[in-house]
Parts: sequence; structure tokens; C-alpha cells
Amino acid sequence: MKRILQALLVLLLVSLMLFGLLRIVPGNPVAVLMGEHANQATIDRLTAELGLDQPIHVQFFRYLSGAVRGDFGTSYSLGKPVSGLMGTAFVNTLLLSLAAALFAWITGGLCGLLAAIRKNSIPDRLFMGFSLLGISMPVFMAAMILQYVFAYWLHWVPISGTADWRSFILPAVALGWNSAGSIARLVRSALLDTLEEDYIDTARAKGLGKSGVLFRHALRNTMLPTVTMMALQLSALLSGAVITETVFSINGIGRLAVQAITARDIPLLQGTVLFSTAIVIFGNLVADFLYTVLDPRTRKEA
Amino acid sequence: MLRKKEKQIVSDFEHRKADPAGPSEISEAYDLGEAETFGKLMLRMFRENKLSAVSLLVILLMILCTILAPVLTPYGETDMDLLNRLQPPSGDHWLGTDEGGRDVLTRLLYGSRVSLMVGIVPTLLSMVLGALLGVMAGYFGQWTDTVIMRLADIVLAFPSMLLAMVIMYTLGGGLFNVFLTLTLMNWGSVARIARSETLRLKKSEFVEAARSIGVSKWKIIFRHILPNCLPTLIVLFTLNVPAAILTESSLSFLGLGIQPPGASWGLMVNTGRQFLYNAPWLSFVPSAAIMVAVLSFNFLGDGLRDVLDPRLRKQ
Repeated sequence: MKRILQALLVLLLVSLMLFGLLRIVPGNPVAVLMGEHANQATIDRLTAELGLDQPIHVQFFRYLSGAVRGDFGTSYSLGKPVSGLMGTAFVNTLLLSLAAALFAWITGGLCGLLAAIRKNSIPDRLFMGFSLLGISMPVFMAAMILQYVFAYWLHWVPISGTADWRSFILPAVALGWNSAGSIARLVRSALLDTLEEDYIDTARAKGLGKSGVLFRHALRNTMLPTVTMMALQLSALLSGAVITETVFSINGIGRLAVQAITARDIPLLQGTVLFSTAIVIFGNLVADFLYTVLDPRTRKEA
Repeated sequence: MLRKKEKQIVSDFEHRKADPAGPSEISEAYDLGEAETFGKLMLRMFRENKLSAVSLLVILLMILCTILAPVLTPYGETDMDLLNRLQPPSGDHWLGTDEGGRDVLTRLLYGSRVSLMVGIVPTLLSMVLGALLGVMAGYFGQWTDTVIMRLADIVLAFPSMLLAMVIMYTLGGGLFNVFLTLTLMNWGSVARIARSETLRLKKSEFVEAARSIGVSKWKIIFRHILPNCLPTLIVLFTLNVPAAILTESSLSFLGLGIQPPGASWGLMVNTGRQFLYNAPWLSFVPSAAIMVAVLSFNFLGDGLRDVLDPRLRKQ
């Protein structure tokens, strides 16, 4: 319960900071919006209509009470409610992130597992090399290489868009590669640490087979740091989604945010960033709960 | 190494008690210890971890290229040559030319100035800011702790790319604003680590000893706590530099970071992307440069971590 309240407090402060940051921008956003030739009367009328003539704290509470009810205002540049625009975009981002997360967890987990079992073997070196590549490669580079090779050169998948499920393959791999790398390295080192614990020797001594030791004892304890890591990856995934969506022309939340910046569309930018941050905070909360489920030792403190 | 030093410091208090006005041997013992072992530490790192030695070499080479850029290439950073647009790599232009006929290698060399600076300067600033705030939060506790750490929570709650985009939107593009943005983004994680280090050090004997003879709070922080956080902070620095390089390149890739006609690796990728299919080297060459820089700093960080602060290895 304390955790939930804390998360809500952070979310409130986040929205306050975001609101403040976007109001520092010099100039009246309406004047910017209407261009150089708008006359003062029109600007004033629109400013009043959008509620921008109110004191800043009134604006903030008005925005906040709207946001709680799912009303994030109206986009300046597209003339539609921000919540509607975000709803459509969110489906794409969700599909992309889920596919990327699945790719990251499965390949990352498996590679880490295999690498740890056969420490210092050729597959170990190979997997670790690949994960290092994923961690140090900028997301846009991975995206563009994949796009160039598999879409442009080999014609295996569409170059961009969201027409069918195959067009999600490359973006998901490009976006998930980085996380897969971090997860593989973490699983490997956590598993290697666990395999040196006394209770593993005990399990072995009582005659449990190799896979029994691995699945019943070692893996369970490797799950702990991995779950936290996966939750932390959520933030990285949403950050990377901005780039991936731009490269593959996917109409998601990230691309919407980039468009909002280009069009100087404050309500849209505010909505997309606030929404993404809320998801990250929620994800961390879920990870905290999962942690207490997986590790009874932490239950008392929580 | 540390334990020995701490014992020395505790024994030094006897001298201080006898002669409070006498020279402080505490800090001297510190500096000497650090200076003596630093070279040895580096040697040990290079023996244990060949990769980090190579990485350091690559980084030094890059810095050298950055400084010597005007000497190394016959072309200027923004020299246009419209007759030779989008040329593939050749003898005259080792890495080809871009859409304005500018030499890609030249732009790469000049771009490394921005990218390396963006890696180092804001990381250093965020380390100083984060370390100070984190140590204060850990040492003073109570409301100082609450205020500072809540602020850190807020900064860390945002998906980093989106926060960077919002700050860049507020400030506008350009090198200085990229510095400011990255500093504001990265101090939070530094503060968290510095705080937890401080909480650990606060309980140690030598801090208690210093407190018991009436050393002032700030002196304890600057003389005893911060120097002991240093190994952790140095490791964190080498790991944050590549992260900063990646963030800048992503921002510039989206057109929100460094503005043309300046050159940064991310910006080169951004402009080159329009010609991905007829001139792929335009985006892949600077991408590769980013990757090499990031890899080098990561390897160096790994090596430093192993010799300076093995406890961090598990994180």
C-alpha cells in the first residue's frame, strides 16, 4: 500500500515537472501556432478559449483533473482529442513493445542460460559477443541494418508500416536486441553465482540430476534479479520505441511525441510523455509485487 | 588497501588530540596512498584485462584524431563539392562523400569532437552534481534526504529518451543545451549510488572517529566520504560516458540535438538516412564510429570496475 501511494506521489510530481517544463518555453504557444500573420484579437480569443490566460496553477489543476478522467486536452496541430490519438498509437506501441520484450526475454534468457551451463565454450563466447553488440549498438543502427538487409536486400519482410504481423518482426528485434543483451549477461552471471551456492551442492549430493538441479533450484533463484531487470527494461523499451517507430514508420506513442515536438504541439507532447511515464511507474510497481511473490524473504519489509 | 588507510587515519587522531593545531596528517596519508597505488592499479588492470588496455588505446587514439582533425584531412568540415555528391568510398574520399559532396571521413573526424565532448562533459557535470547531492542526502538524512531523493525519483521515472526530448524542446537544440539536458537527466542515478555508499561509510569507524573529535560536517563529507566514494564514481563515469554518447546520437538522429551545419555522429546518421538505399555508407559509417566509442568505454569501465570496485560486479 505504501508503495502504491509512493508511486502515485511520483506520478503527481512527474506531471507537475512536465507541466512546468513545457510552460517555460518562451512565447505564447497560440501565437506560434497561428503563424506570423494572425491578428492580436484572434490570438487573444483562442488563448482564452484554450484556458491559457488563467493563472498557471489553475491551468495545472484543470489539466490534472482532466487527465485523471482520461481527457488530455486537444491537439493543436491535429485538432483531435489527445486521448483518442494516443489510444490508436498505444495499440501499435504495445504490440511493438510486447513483441520486443518477448524476443528479449526468450532469446536473452536462453542465451544466458546456455552460456552459463557451458561457461567459456564457443557458444558462450558467441552469445556474449552478440549481447555486447546489442548493448553497444545504437537502436537506430540495429534498426537500419536490419531494414537494409532483410527488407531492402532480401525482401523477406516489409520495409515499414504496420500492415501485417510480419512488419513487426524487424522493429521488435531491433528494439529488443539491447534488452536481450542485458538480460543474457545478467542471467549468465546470476546463474553462475547461484551454481556456486551451498544448497546446489546439497541438491547434487542427494542425487538430483543435472537438469533437476538447474530447474528446481538454480533457475528459481536466478529469476529474482532477472524480474527486476525486466521491469527496468520497460523504460528502456519505451525510450527505444521512439527511435524504432521513427525508422520503421510505425504510428506509435514515440512517433507521436516526435511529431508533437516538430509541430510544437504542447498538449500532444505532454499527453504522450505523461502516459509513457505512467506506464513505466506502473511497470516498476508490478515488478515490486512480483519480487515479493518470488522472494518470501522480502515480504515482511514490504 | 582502504582498510590499511583507515587504520592509519584512526591512529592519526591521537596526534591531533595531542596537538590540535598541528598539520593534518589525515589528508596527506590519503593523497599519498592514492598516488602510490594508482599506477599499479592501472598496470594490474591491463595485465588482468587485455581488452580494457586495447579500449584505452582506442579512446586515446580517438581523442588524438579529434585534436589533429585539421591536419589529418585535406578537406574542411563544411567544404561542399556539388560535382562529387554521394560518391562511394574511393582513393580521394576514403569513406565517400555525402549529399553535399562533403568528405565523410572529414565530417567523421570533426563529428568525433562533438560526440566525445558530449560523452565526457555532461557526464562529468552530472557526476559532480549527483555525487554532491547523493552524499548530502545520505549524510544529513531527514528532509534533505527526502527532498533530494524524491527529485531523483522523478527524473528516473521518465523514460530517458522522452525526458531528453522534453528538455531539448524547452531549451531548443544546440551543443550547450545537449550538455544541460544530459546533465539534468543523469544526476539521479549517480545520486542514488552516492547516497547508498554514504550510508555505508557513515557507519564506519573512521567517520565516527572524525566526528568524535569534532571535525565539521562538511569537512567529513569532502575529506572522508567523497574520496571513499571515488572508486565507485570513477567506474560509474566510464559506464555513463557511452550512455551519454548514445543519448546524444539518438537525439541528433531525431533532429533534436546538434543542429546542422555542425557535425555530430548522430546527426550524420540522420541526414544519411534519406540516402540509405543508394549511399548506405552515409549512415553506417558514423553508426559504426558510435559503436566503437561506446564499446571502448564499456570495456574500459568493465576493466576499471574489476580492479577498483569488485562489489559493483553483481549489479
